[in-house]
Amino acid sequence: MQLIFAGLSGIIFGLGLILSGMTNPTKVKGFLDITGLWDPSLAFVMGGAILVGVFAFALAKKRGQTILGESISLPNDKQIDRKLVIGALTFGVGWGLSGYCPGPAIASLFSAGLQPLIFTVGMVAGIGLYKAFKSN
Amino acid sequence: MAIDWAHFTPLPSLAGGLLIGLAAAILVLFNGKIAGVSGILGGLLTKQQTAWRWLFILGLVISPFIYGLAHALPDTENSTSLPVLLIAGVLVGIGTTASSGCTSGHGVCGLSRGSLRSLVATLSFMFAGFVAVFVVRHLIG
Repeated sequence: MQLIFAGLSGIIFGLGLILSGMTNPTKVKGFLDITGLWDPSLAFVMGGAILVGVFAFALAKKRGQTILGESISLPNDKQIDRKLVIGALTFGVGWGLSGYCPGPAIASLFSAGLQPLIFTVGMVAGIGLYKAFKSN
Repeated sequence: MAIDWAHFTPLPSLAGGLLIGLAAAILVLFNGKIAGVSGILGGLLTKQQTAWRWLFILGLVISPFIYGLAHALPDTENSTSLPVLLIAGVLVGIGTTASSGCTSGHGVCGLSRGSLRSLVATLSFMFAGFVAVFVVRHLIG
């Protein structure tokens, strides 16, 4: 049952990314181009998602368990350190260079030619590299 | 700064955002998990509870084909060259793993939970994204 909801969530997530314009790298770069001709559309994506998310996470916290009666695992890391900031800055550089963040890249994987595939190969390698480096 | 009115799409972007929020709501309320794409991918590499992760990723991958049944897919043209895309991918992989989240995990779920850590991460990656586009479009380009 849980697996069906995970798949459904992935599909709805992807449809949202496509409808919102997030899978169009040129549009993403237009949003990040604040010193040029700025397209503010993607601020509406985050606004819309958070509008629903605020209620969902408040409900999840209040219930303490899922609708299927399982436990909820929310991150409890509160540490704001160099790793967080430098990591996020590194991610941002890659995002600005490519116009892809992880969700839209995966949602475009087999529907937008070679570009999202190449990006995703690099991304998976980067995740693997960091994890390998950390465990040594 | 000038607004690019020709490409401004507030309504579809808001509607898409509401769907993304709904997807995150389903995942936390039925699975008890955070809809953070980099984290979901990362857990596949370290083989932690892989079944739900694969299904979420599968849902994402097939979503354009479902969208395509009802509507033409939007433009996905990208001016970035393949070598730069590969390097950008590596940066995104390393960066999101080090900071434990991306646009979805920190930007959507973290901010919805009121996490200060996610706010710092979101401001940081947005700032770096602004700088990267400024350098590529206005300094080099």
